[in-house]
Amino acid sequence: MNNNLKTMRDVFIETLYERMKKNKSIYFVSADLGAPALDKLRQDFKNRFLNVGIAEQNLINVSAGLALEGFIVYSYGIAPFITMRGYEPIRQILSITSQIRPLNVNLIGIGTGLSYNMSGPSHHCLEDLSIMKLLPNFIVFSPSDWKLVEKFVDFSILNKMPKYLRFDSKPLPNIYDQITDAVLKRGFYELKKGKKTCLVSTGFMTHRALSIAEKINGLGLIDIFILKPIDEKLLFQHLKKYKYIITLEEGFINNGGLDSLILRIINENKSNIHLKSLGFKDKHIFNLGEREHLHKINKLGEADIIKIIKSCR
Amino acid sequence: MSKKFFEKLEKKAKWVRKETLKIHGILPETRLASSLSDVEIFTSLFYGKILKFNTKNWLWEKRDRFIVSKPHGAISLYPILFDIGFISKEEFKKIGKASSFLGGIPDGRIPTFEITCGALGHGLGVGCGMALALKKKGLKSKVFVLMGDGELQAGIVWEAIMFAGHHKLNNLILIIDNNKISMLDYVKNTINLEPLEKKFNVFQWETERIDGHNIKELYYTLKKLKQSKSNHPKVLIADTIKGKGVPELENDPLCHIKSFKKEEVDEIIKKYYE
Repeated sequence: MNNNLKTMRDVFIETLYERMKKNKSIYFVSADLGAPALDKLRQDFKNRFLNVGIAEQNLINVSAGLALEGFIVYSYGIAPFITMRGYEPIRQILSITSQIRPLNVNLIGIGTGLSYNMSGPSHHCLEDLSIMKLLPNFIVFSPSDWKLVEKFVDFSILNKMPKYLRFDSKPLPNIYDQITDAVLKRGFYELKKGKKTCLVSTGFMTHRALSIAEKINGLGLIDIFILKPIDEKLLFQHLKKYKYIITLEEGFINNGGLDSLILRIINENKSNIHLKSLGFKDKHIFNLGEREHLHKINKLGEADIIKIIKSCR
Repeated sequence: MSKKFFEKLEKKAKWVRKETLKIHGILPETRLASSLSDVEIFTSLFYGKILKFNTKNWLWEKRDRFIVSKPHGAISLYPILFDIGFISKEEFKKIGKASSFLGGIPDGRIPTFEITCGALGHGLGVGCGMALALKKKGLKSKVFVLMGDGELQAGIVWEAIMFAGHHKLNNLILIIDNNKISMLDYVKNTINLEPLEKKFNVFQWETERIDGHNIKELYYTLKKLKQSKSNHPKVLIADTIKGKGVPELENDPLCHIKSFKKEEVDEIIKKYYE
């Protein structure tokens, strides 16, 4: 790991920009949201950039229409709005229709979790993992770093199913150096092998988990970056080495997110691994401040998590 | 076109109504009244060959795209798709059986159904995306969208109306089956939509309004809209009668959910269609 800070959206857009030079089928549609890297894209690909305005529902349907005609579409908006305002067309048109005809629509949600830490609950996105994972035919990508994001671009071009790409809005360091196609496809990576207890995290929380794992000997860490579809068999081979699993997500827990996925895999394998899920509990967060502060007051600070890990004996 | 041509279409429309009633007799879940107001619209589009299509390959790239945004009201399309060769006789006969793919709400598995609608208000937005894509690809095909007037109460529809006008999607033709009744009441009692032409005009649409049961008018107006060189998206407001052809349904504000038993259907067919 190094301190090469980058935002996921800029890395994704810059990589996509390069692909757009050669691949004339790529179309970028925004619901009035920008990014530094997007300025260049919309300038140089005027013919394949579209701003639908503040209209996330129409963003989904227009994107579907373009995709049905063979375009590879990237639909870009603020995470809670693109997923939750757009949910009905996402279900009716993307999820249902893609079971019959290929629909390469890539929904990019910016600002997952508490990325917009100073904007309050309207801009927080603690529900998206649960609701997007629920939809048949969707691929759900929840990267922890920009290296994964960079790698995902070519996968998104080739795979014709609808996808949800949830990006943190803050500049973050890279965790990975190189990712192979095989690793990307299986959906997870064991960042640190442990003995008895393992953290399983996704997105931003993998950075928190990594910092903790560096401090505690024998603590394992698995980063989940594609929640659906994921190589469940292989993931269980990794999980079963542990007695305690602690899931860590910047989202509502016990409601279909990362913890539900891991719990189901444990149950289906009739395993007696103990699972503890950490995240946010059934209340919106009105507090403002740095992410660390917001986590602390919700018992998700580093010290809180370390305490829980140490109680696993 | 000749008088004979329109007589033939009139005859087809009558046959389509009769077949639609028969389907309703087998599948009482179907929305009969909704599927009767758009019979002449379907007849003009398919038998009148307003739409360009290929029964051998329904996804033929040069086809006109047709999106039915109110599929619950498109049971009357089943007999037409069978008659012109999109649906086999075996499949058509299977309606009502568990193994049939022709259900109460037609879906995207059926040839000519570009997408699966059902939740209302989605057809026009997808049509906008397709119209834009066709322009980018340099294809001359048009996108036709059939929508019910009640759908205009949904906000998502106006997002698409504004979008189409702004982007001058002149290859997009919206047909409103203006049967004036939604599920619970007359549309005008719920949210009055009139004056409709004015509303479309201010959003930069070209408008036409006709009697949606007059096949000759439908044929010539649709043809005119298809050939129009203007820069605007087009809307045809087709004034129709919900439940048309079955006096027991016509203009009953609750006809949307009215359904008949098999014996009643047989009685209606005998009374009006034999």
